[in-house]
Amino acid sequence: MLYNEPSPLETRVLSRRFGLPDSASLGTYLATEGYQAFLKAARMKPDEIIEEVKASNLRGRGGAGFPAGMKWSFVPRSSPKPKYIVVNADESEPGTCKDRVLIENDPHQLIEGVLIAGLAVDAHAGYIYVRGEYRYLIEILEKAIAEAYAGGRLGKNIQGTGFDFDLYTHTGAGAYECGEESALLESLEGKRGIPRIRPPFPAVVGAFQRPTVLNNVETYCAVPAIILRGGAAFAALGVPRAGGTKMTCLTGNLNKPGVYELRMGFPVMKMIEEVGGGIRGGRKLKAMIPGGSSCPVLTAAECEGATMDYDSMSARKTMLGSGGVIVMDDQTCMVKAAARIIRFYAHESCGWCIPCREGATWLRKILVRFHAGGGTRADIGLIGDIARNMLGRTFCPLGDAAAMPTISIVEKFQEEFEDHLDGRPCPYEHAEHMVMA
Amino acid sequence: MADLLKFTIDGKQLHAKPGTLVIEAARTAGIEIPAFCYYPGLTLQAACRMCLVEVEKMPKLMTACTLPVSEGMVVRTDTPQVHSARKYMLEFLLTNHPLDCPVCDKGGECELQDMTFRYGAGESRFTDEKVHTPEKQFSPVVFYDAPRCILCYRCVRICNEGLGVGALGVINRGVVSEIAPNKGDHLECDECGACIDICPVGALTSGIYRYQTRPWEMNHVGTICTHCSDGCRTTLGTRNGRIVRGNNRDSSGINGEFLCIKGRYAFDFYDHPERLLAPLARVDGKLTEVSWARALETVAGKFQQTLAGGGSFGVVGSNHTTNEEDYYLQKFARQVLRTDHIDHHRTGDLATLLDALSGQADKLATVADLDQRKAILILGADLALEHPLLSFQVRANYRHHAARIYALTPRPVREDKYAVKSLRAGRPEEYFAALESLRDALRSEPEMVAVFDDSVQGEDIGKLVEFAESLGIPVKYICLLDYSNSRGALDMGLAPELLPGYAPAARPGMRLREMLEAELDVLWVVGSNPLKAAGRKAGFLVVQDMFPTETASQADVVLPAAPAYEKDGTVTNVTGEVQRLKRAIEVMGAKPDLEIMGFLAREMGVAAVLGPWVPDAVFEEIRARVRGYGVPAAVIAAGGAAQTTPVNGRIPAEIPRAGEARRAHSAHNGLFASGTLGRYSRVLTSVLEGRLGR
Ligand SMILES: Cc1cc2nc3c(=O)[nH]c(=O)nc-3n(C[C@H](O)[C@H](O)[C@H](O)COP(=O)(O)O)c2cc1C
Ligand code: SF4
Ligand code: SF4
Ligand code: SF4
Ligand code: FES
Repeated sequence: MLYNEPSPLETRVLSRRFGLPDSASLGTYLATEGYQAFLKAARMKPDEIIEEVKASNLRGRGGAGFPAGMKWSFVPRSSPKPKYIVVNADESEPGTCKDRVLIENDPHQLIEGVLIAGLAVDAHAGYIYVRGEYRYLIEILEKAIAEAYAGGRLGKNIQGTGFDFDLYTHTGAGAYECGEESALLESLEGKRGIPRIRPPFPAVVGAFQRPTVLNNVETYCAVPAIILRGGAAFAALGVPRAGGTKMTCLTGNLNKPGVYELRMGFPVMKMIEEVGGGIRGGRKLKAMIPGGSSCPVLTAAECEGATMDYDSMSARKTMLGSGGVIVMDDQTCMVKAAARIIRFYAHESCGWCIPCREGATWLRKILVRFHAGGGTRADIGLIGDIARNMLGRTFCPLGDAAAMPTISIVEKFQEEFEDHLDGRPCPYEHAEHMVMA
Repeated sequence: MADLLKFTIDGKQLHAKPGTLVIEAARTAGIEIPAFCYYPGLTLQAACRMCLVEVEKMPKLMTACTLPVSEGMVVRTDTPQVHSARKYMLEFLLTNHPLDCPVCDKGGECELQDMTFRYGAGESRFTDEKVHTPEKQFSPVVFYDAPRCILCYRCVRICNEGLGVGALGVINRGVVSEIAPNKGDHLECDECGACIDICPVGALTSGIYRYQTRPWEMNHVGTICTHCSDGCRTTLGTRNGRIVRGNNRDSSGINGEFLCIKGRYAFDFYDHPERLLAPLARVDGKLTEVSWARALETVAGKFQQTLAGGGSFGVVGSNHTTNEEDYYLQKFARQVLRTDHIDHHRTGDLATLLDALSGQADKLATVADLDQRKAILILGADLALEHPLLSFQVRANYRHHAARIYALTPRPVREDKYAVKSLRAGRPEEYFAALESLRDALRSEPEMVAVFDDSVQGEDIGKLVEFAESLGIPVKYICLLDYSNSRGALDMGLAPELLPGYAPAARPGMRLREMLEAELDVLWVVGSNPLKAAGRKAGFLVVQDMFPTETASQADVVLPAAPAYEKDGTVTNVTGEVQRLKRAIEVMGAKPDLEIMGFLAREMGVAAVLGPWVPDAVFEEIRARVRGYGVPAAVIAAGGAAQTTPVNGRIPAEIPRAGEARRAHSAHNGLFASGTLGRYSRVLTSVLEGRLGR
């Protein structure tokens, strides 16, 4: 199902089947070049597949943006151990809602991407780890998997290629941290979802201590197109260090929020104004988070001239992340936004390490109190200080994800904090409650 | 030195083997890197972030506890960034810590206090409300106070990895994460208290010690556990003449930090209300408290009268008394009472093993061997329940050195989990069939330690040795015995057929069972309860004991004895390692058995024959006279362990006598049983009652 009207500004590669009748069915998939990429890949050498993916400049869509082809090449293919393909469908980053759209509308594209990854690293089994709250997606996936087995697209000797592959779904239990790759693997193995010490990385020691490729849903979904059209063609859709398109989730105070497939390097202001239909109620842009709540916020001024790609974002000391764009208008209280964001991280901290567990909770307590009018001038400095003491010192990146937006908000919007001092009522309290409420 | 890596920490040029962690290398070089979650011997966690250090060419601070050294690495632990990281990590920890140090058991020996003192901030910036949850009781032994917990996961790991129990886990997430027991609200575990001792803060406390004292108000006495034969060193904390705690945090002794519930907590029998604190003698047929003078006079008079009349004596020794006491007792029996009827309750057929090994050197394994030898063969015993330290060693060997374990036991045992081969067998025929099936596997081992209990006796021991020696690999042996000085009792000649050092007795006297059934004129029982389920036959019964046992209550005179924790001396553990007991407290009214025997000798006017009844003097005599006991006195005096080699030659075979199928009988005490001592330990009985109630 689709949640928004498509936009003419989209470049529809991964989403090209969206809107077709019965787009999730094997029939529709087969009728639209489905499983052709797999057949093509089965005739290629594993190294050729990996080279093609490298050439595509496909970078991981789960948030970190690690080059997918490079990651696949780390798998010791000659290891006698079985290897696994794991799909990260835990999609829990606030502002991010693209993986579910990809699964709902075109699950076979994901399955085909997984199969090609299997060919590339000599894996014969895969797991799709689905976010606990996305339980309904399991049904869609199970149906697609059953169809694929019945249609000879999974199981033994797939399409006569001699390649065997089994695919399973696994549901999480509602922990954001289980989207972190190593915590996901622990959870997949039936253990408590806490991250692992790395190295070793999953490519070498992953699921069940075996070499494992672990990528985001969208990353796998891009693979069939890369194989069919060639890596270079996919790369050409984007910018030099980021190939292809990005499923971009426009959320916040927009007239037309939704999931849109945009070329890498799409201009931010054009995205907000044209794709997203501009700010609601004719208000002005105050701030924007480009890639899920873990990223530092950009001020309206910083958005000018920015483009949706890794380099442009890192030049602005933020990240492209997962493509979860959160737009905040001039009626948004940034103190409240900071409080709301940190509440999420304090709640989701797995608790394994001290700085994240205690730091996020402490920040939450201060920010909630601050927004309620109980803040002091010393708190403003303290908030930044606590966050900086977390940054880079936690076990896994969740701690950084809690610290970074906090630091950026308190630094860039200090005057809004000062406006809350001395028990003054929040100047935006009357404002329409947006995503951040 | 070729394979050593060169690197620097704080400018010091250092070398270490590949795989060495920065924190280990630093500690070796005397550079302290603070750590909560890192704990030698346990898996790595990288959770507390206290050990962050600067490493050249690395953008972020690195955890020294997970980072292996590499060639040319440059590490700095003494920079403003590192200091600030430590300071703020502690600030984070303290935000939800109750800081109830004044009433915390751990106060004064708390790692969080120490770290805060050394690295922490002078003031707190935290002004919001702390998370609070009420304290929980997990078991009679283990209490948990979540707010104090710093989540270092040491408890979880020691239980899972060290003990092989895995009774603790983590529940919830984030700031409300807590340690929780495996059964939801209660523990079903060994109740050993290792988790409590390893806890760096006062989050885990013991039902025995909590709120008893401030740590600095105690005296600490290192002695040897008086329960099973494994010989763990335990440090008793005493205050005002009371023992309030046992632990081995200084890792002295053959057991490192290990102790089971008995060594850590079951010292509490000493102040059981039924403890005998005055001699008893029959007055009008009833056991009545009398003075020491009167009691000694009565016994000495009876002994002299019986001697003069040519009457018969039987002497039953103990599995718990010291080597000095045993040696003195057999001397008393043989030289003063001129009897050959002396024995003790034998719990394993050690003499036969020694005989079977005669002529071969270096065949007896030590406790350390169980942690170091490549293969371990276990016959019969449920080590985890009956010999907790030995089981701990075997497990450590498996975890750290991938030792290969073979378990041939009648019932499932903990070793099954990691044994290369577990077979169910309990009778000798089954053992030998199973061993044959393992012959090829065992033959391919580079070396082996064979451990067996009382299910292998007599001829079967010979067969076992024959089998093992036919493998063509070096084999060492452990014949399991039950109690803290079972080994010493035999070494010291508490046996009718054996003099000290396994010298043959000229005229072997009666065995224990025979003595009990004979109508002896005098039966003298020291620290034993042989008449637990039988009536006495002897004309006169003298008992030295701590408690009114079934035997004591049939006595004519009962002399109240002191347990190991109230005396000096030495004991020899199951593997023949001699260690020193040190008196922790003195309890008015009771006396060490050696002193009781000395006073008796004096009363009888034979003190000169037996020599001084001072432990050190008797030990000197043992060192000089008993074969194998010439151990270095300095090692023993310093609290060390030295293995004895009491015999290397044929030992007169113990002929099983009519109606006697087995020579030795183990009580197979489990974790919460310890013969008579166990019955009077409140902590052991409360754990057992708790389990029955469930
Ligand atoms: C706290 C945390 C949560 C994460 N959640 C997700 C997630 O929900 N989905 C996802 O694909 N990646 C998530 N990631 C990133 C993964 O760790 C991993 O980098 C990614 O799945 C790799 O796939 P990719 O290379 O295709 O992006 C998360 C990372 C962190 C630190
Ligand atoms: S940073 Fe630490 S507490 Fe936070 S989620 Fe990662 S491991 Fe858990
Ligand atoms: S109870 Fe103690 S040992 Fe266990 S995690 Fe908490 S602080 Fe660490
Ligand atoms: S293993 Fe034996 S010696 Fe060690 S503490 Fe337990 S009972 Fe005492
Ligand atoms: S000691 Fe290194 S993180 Fe705890």
